This record gives sequence, structure tokens and C-alpha cells, in this order.
Amino acid sequence: MNRVRAAALWVWAFVVGDDWVTAAGVVVALGVTAIIAGAGAPAWWVMPVAVVALLVLSLRRAAP
Amino acid sequence: MNALPLILTVFIACVVEAVEALTIVLATGITREWRSTFQGMAAALVTLAVITAAVGPAINQLPLTALRVVVGALLAIFGLQWLRKAVLRATGYKALHDEASAYLREVTAAQAAHKESRRGITDWYSFTLAFKGVLLEGLEVVFIVVTFGDNQKNYGAAVIGAAAAIIGVTIVGIAVRAPLTKVPENWMKLAVGVMLTSFGTFWGAEGAGAHWPGSDAALLVIVPAVALMALSLVRWLRRGPQVTVAGEPA
Repeated sequence: MNRVRAAALWVWAFVVGDDWVTAAGVVVALGVTAIIAGAGAPAWWVMPVAVVALLVLSLRRAAP
Repeated sequence: MNALPLILTVFIACVVEAVEALTIVLATGITREWRSTFQGMAAALVTLAVITAAVGPAINQLPLTALRVVVGALLAIFGLQWLRKAVLRATGYKALHDEASAYLREVTAAQAAHKESRRGITDWYSFTLAFKGVLLEGLEVVFIVVTFGDNQKNYGAAVIGAAAAIIGVTIVGIAVRAPLTKVPENWMKLAVGVMLTSFGTFWGAEGAGAHWPGSDAALLVIVPAVALMALSLVRWLRRGPQVTVAGEPA
């Protein structure tokens, strides 16, 4: 069980790192992109806007 | 898309990983014993080959749309993490990753460890340290090659970029027999962050159903735009109160 936990923690650290908000933000942005694209509207702009916002917010948290 | 941006992206990303693996291998080999270190390296390379052989064909079976969403999300997350750290290091909010001090830490730990033979390996410590270092950095190289190669349907270009990086770093490492401290690591990491974020943004949105104006040519706008954003953020943070952070393990 310890090995499974250690593996799960390693995957979490490898993928999410020390800023889970950014990881969650990317997933939410892709979801919004899919919804907008599914409705037939242009959705390419969502990810660039999200990337800028997530990086600025992440830096503000790290360097207030 | 032209293969050159793909080769360069994979090359720069893999140089960073190769330099980190080289630091561990050199510290272990020079301080303790080369034979066990090489055995650890060889075992890691065989493990990597097995993982690649198992994962590569499985990834090929996935539908491209689903693959692009997952890979795009992962690359965007990794890219933003790299950009964040590189910007914080460039502005003094986080200590620079120093290969020389990383090397000294590894040397000190290696000198303090006891020598123990196990499973036919003369020095188990050297073996496991080299194995872990090469395997972990190697996994990142495999991830980069497989995701970039598969998404662009150009494994050849991705492999060329990775092989050039690994061979180049190995040759330089053998020649100087010291950690590659002259490599401008933070700026390379910033460049890698820019490329990972750009490709992640592009593939992720495409996989989620968006259509980019200009199709693949949109990357020619996205990459410089992300680079400009990162450099602007460096300038923005430098205008704030200056912080100097003492060396810390990176």
C-alpha cells in the first residue's frame, strides 16, 4: 500500500507540481474551450487568455 | 509544420534533462566508483527502453483528438510551471538552480554513504543513485519525444533532437569531467517553458474542438507571444521590491 501511495504522490508531484491551482485552471480552460467549440462558436482564444491569467496569478501568489 | 522548430524544441528540453542526469552520474562516478555507476546507468537505459517500447505503441492506438487534449493539458501545465520558476529565478524571488552546488551536494552525500555490495553490484549506493537519476531524467526525455513526435506525426525529428542533446551533453561531459556550470540553465528553462506552454495551448485547444486561425501557422504567433509575455513578466517583477534569495536546492 505504501508503494501505491508513494507512486500516486510521485505522479501528483510530477504532473501537478507545487501549484495545483494552475493545473486545475488549465483543465477548466480546456473544458470551457470544448463547451464553446461544441456550441459552434470560435473557441481558440480561451486557452491563450487562460495561460496569461494563470501565469500572472501564479506569480502574484509566489511573489506578492 | 517544418521539422526544425520541433527538433529545436526537443533538443533544448532534452539538454536541460541531460545536464541534470550528467551532474548525478559525474558526482557518483568520480566520488565513488565508475563500474557500479555505469551499471546503474545501463540498467536505467534498459528500463527506459522497455517503458518506451510498451508505452509508444499504446499511445499510437489512442485517437488523436483525445491524445491532443491530454497531452496539451500536460504540456500547458508543465510549461506554466517551468515559466513560473524561470521568471521567479530571473527576478531573484527564487534561487537560481546552480549545477555546481547541486554537484557538491551529490558529492558530499556520496562521500558520506557506506559501501555495500548487493546482487553482484560492488557499490549499491552508486548503482541506485545513477539508476534513479538517469531513469527520472530519461522518463522526462521519453515523455517529450513521444508526445511531440506523436502529435506532429514526426517521431524522426523528435528523436533527432533528443539524440543530439544527449550525445552533445555526454561528449562535453566526458571532455570536461565536471558539471556543466556554463550552461545558461535558467534561460534555457524559460525557453523550454515557452515552447511547452505554446504547444500545450495549441494542441489542447485543438483537441478540445477549437480551430486556430491559420491552422498550424498559428504556432508562429503563439510561440513569440508566449515568449514576449514571459519576458514582460520578468520586467514587471523586476520593477517591484528586489528580493535576493540565498542558494537553495532547486
